[in-house]
Amino acid sequence: MFATGIAEEDRKGSYVDRSISRPCNFEISQQSPVTHTQYPYVTGTSVLGIKYKDGVLLAADMAGSYGSTVRYKSIHRLKAVGSHAVLGASGEISDFQQVTQYLDELVLNDYMWEDGNKLGPQEIHSYLNRLMYNKRNKFDPFWNSLVLGGVENGQKYLGVVNMIGVHYKDNHVATGFGNHLARPMFRNEWREDLTLEEGVKLLEKCLLVLFYRDRSSINKFQIAKITEEGVVISEPFALKPNWDFKAFHNPTLGADGSW
Amino acid sequence: MSSIGTGYDLSVTTFSPDGRVFQVEYAAKAVDNSGTVVGIKCKDGVVFGVEKLIVSKMLLEGSNRRIHAVQRHAAMAMAGVAADGRQIVSRARAEANNYENFYGDEIPIKELCDRVASYVHLSTLYWWLRPFGSAAILGGYDRDGPQLYMIEPSGVAYRYFGAAVGKGRQAAKTEIEKLKLSELTCREGVKEVAKIIYGIHDEAKDKAFELEMSWICDETNKVHQRVPADLLEEAKAAAKAALEEDMDAD
Amino acid sequence: MAMAMGCLLPPEPSQAAYREHQSTWSPYENNGGTCVAIAGLDYCVIAADTRMSVGFSILTREHSKIFQLSEKCILASSGFQADIRTLQKHLDARHKIYQHEHNKQMSCPAMAQLLSNTLYYKRFFPYYAFNVVGGLDNEGKGCVYTYDAVGSYERVGYSSQGSGMQLIMPVLDNQLKSASPLLLPAKESATSLTESEAIDLIKDTFASAAERDIYTGDSMELLVVNASGIRREYMELKKD
Repeated sequence: MFATGIAEEDRKGSYVDRSISRPCNFEISQQSPVTHTQYPYVTGTSVLGIKYKDGVLLAADMAGSYGSTVRYKSIHRLKAVGSHAVLGASGEISDFQQVTQYLDELVLNDYMWEDGNKLGPQEIHSYLNRLMYNKRNKFDPFWNSLVLGGVENGQKYLGVVNMIGVHYKDNHVATGFGNHLARPMFRNEWREDLTLEEGVKLLEKCLLVLFYRDRSSINKFQIAKITEEGVVISEPFALKPNWDFKAFHNPTLGADGSW
Repeated sequence: MSSIGTGYDLSVTTFSPDGRVFQVEYAAKAVDNSGTVVGIKCKDGVVFGVEKLIVSKMLLEGSNRRIHAVQRHAAMAMAGVAADGRQIVSRARAEANNYENFYGDEIPIKELCDRVASYVHLSTLYWWLRPFGSAAILGGYDRDGPQLYMIEPSGVAYRYFGAAVGKGRQAAKTEIEKLKLSELTCREGVKEVAKIIYGIHDEAKDKAFELEMSWICDETNKVHQRVPADLLEEAKAAAKAALEEDMDAD
Repeated sequence: MAMAMGCLLPPEPSQAAYREHQSTWSPYENNGGTCVAIAGLDYCVIAADTRMSVGFSILTREHSKIFQLSEKCILASSGFQADIRTLQKHLDARHKIYQHEHNKQMSCPAMAQLLSNTLYYKRFFPYYAFNVVGGLDNEGKGCVYTYDAVGSYERVGYSSQGSGMQLIMPVLDNQLKSASPLLLPAKESATSLTESEAIDLIKDTFASAAERDIYTGDSMELLVVNASGIRREYMELKKD
């Protein structure tokens, strides 16, 4: 094509021809296209949250799954936001960590006013739902379901936001599998005056059920406690599973079928 | 100033024949007329003190702050044009934030100082800009311990054991030099700074003032905080008592 | 040749792995819920259930779908909760601006028009919200406005929107028998029912809708707007 002897005009002509036959404009194809999250890469599974007598409890395991592979086993999915709130996340871990960075910045800028005021859980929840909704409006969502637990002058707060901005408050909440498996148990057993011990016991029971039935869940958990005194996020711990249930031994027994 | 009116003082982009940039020097003047600002580095942190001149009796106490947090672990006390000062603080916050987002760690005070100084310096390089009429005493507590810097309108910055700017800087510096900073705790430092500010304030000539104080030290968990009201009152009382004593001695 | 064969090969397993759970993302979700409003000569009743669901899951049993826009104007909405909340915040902000500019509250008919405009503004990326506005007009008469998601609206004597609308609307038509809108000159559209009769009717329609519509239930929130202000009532509904 660039052989010598071809007249300048001819070369130009061939260039123009080529550009016309191309499906798209050369200059535009040089720029990388705007890309959006279309599916998650590394994900965390359910987060559970309940109110109890003196505050709010949140629970989650520490797995980060790459598809069906448990890729990470020490992911912190519960994160303190300011002094009296904790954010828990299921879904894309990188998006959660980005959200976390936004919140840290928000809390810092709030702190730097040095006026004694600070963001309460309600404000943080509101910020989160606007953030998630704005991202969905751009068709580039943060792929998470977020749980926010907090306490502000004696008031307990427990809310959820999902990746398209749907948000609500309740006395007990759960994301993902937890909404199917844990919430029915919460509905049976939850009381406003649950003690800390009872609350933790209820959460542990639910975590264990999730561990049995949710294949991306692992036996390494954290529980966060938010009270008027502040935030405590537990060290990672394991529960004692029991695989001796009769139904576990021969799961197809009683499931009659042609095969 | 001998060269005033020779035509070389209108622009920051023109040197005078003897190699000076008058606009920058005028900016320094604006700082020199301001209420005194003092910063000292003690063994366990840094302490800021500002002689905030009260322009009107109707002002609400605590308004028009001169000390601003820049990060959890850093703060700036501003002398000179307050509005210019806020602009610098806002840039410092942005730099600190950007560093933390990028590197995942708190910005070292030295780095923060360099970046802010570069920003201040920028306004001395373009004809369409006016230099900042304020100086910043930047203090913080990072992995290298407590540090204190002063950034001048020229964009120059030095690290100090103790720094003072504004009207009473000369007297203040003399007083700071008398302190044993390597042995002083911040709790003691608060009282010393209060004494200095009260000492250099000229009651006959100057307007009324409010003492604004803050610190970053081990006691505050290496986080910037306004000096608690009770300690501030204690320091003020001690400063006033020291003044009385001096008067009696004279 | 090699290239031609490449096209026939199945996709790389690593690529297939991501798509195992492939779910095409949607910016919308239907959170269900039913709204009803009835206008009387000197009152208006607005009601909605408090269940919030997605698919076969209940997210919460106590989420209000009713929003007070002004002292005489109430909005009840079902559909996509995130859009609804955005719409409420937007109208609330616009109403604050209106009050600053005019030193009075917006009238219910004005608010109704504003809602229509707001919905139509997003005609090509709509708010997935199905609204009923109820309140008192400038003469103090009950008024109800009913909408579609993109802003077309009409003043009526009664209306229902949302997941239980198909069950409730014919009952209201049958019980309220309002004058045909084809009659000229126009007849009064407000119902001649008394306030308490209207409330009882609404309670019955919700109890009935909750029987068959899985997106309606848990409890019902009901607001009455009349000359003496706004009154709020709750009624338990089936929770299954």
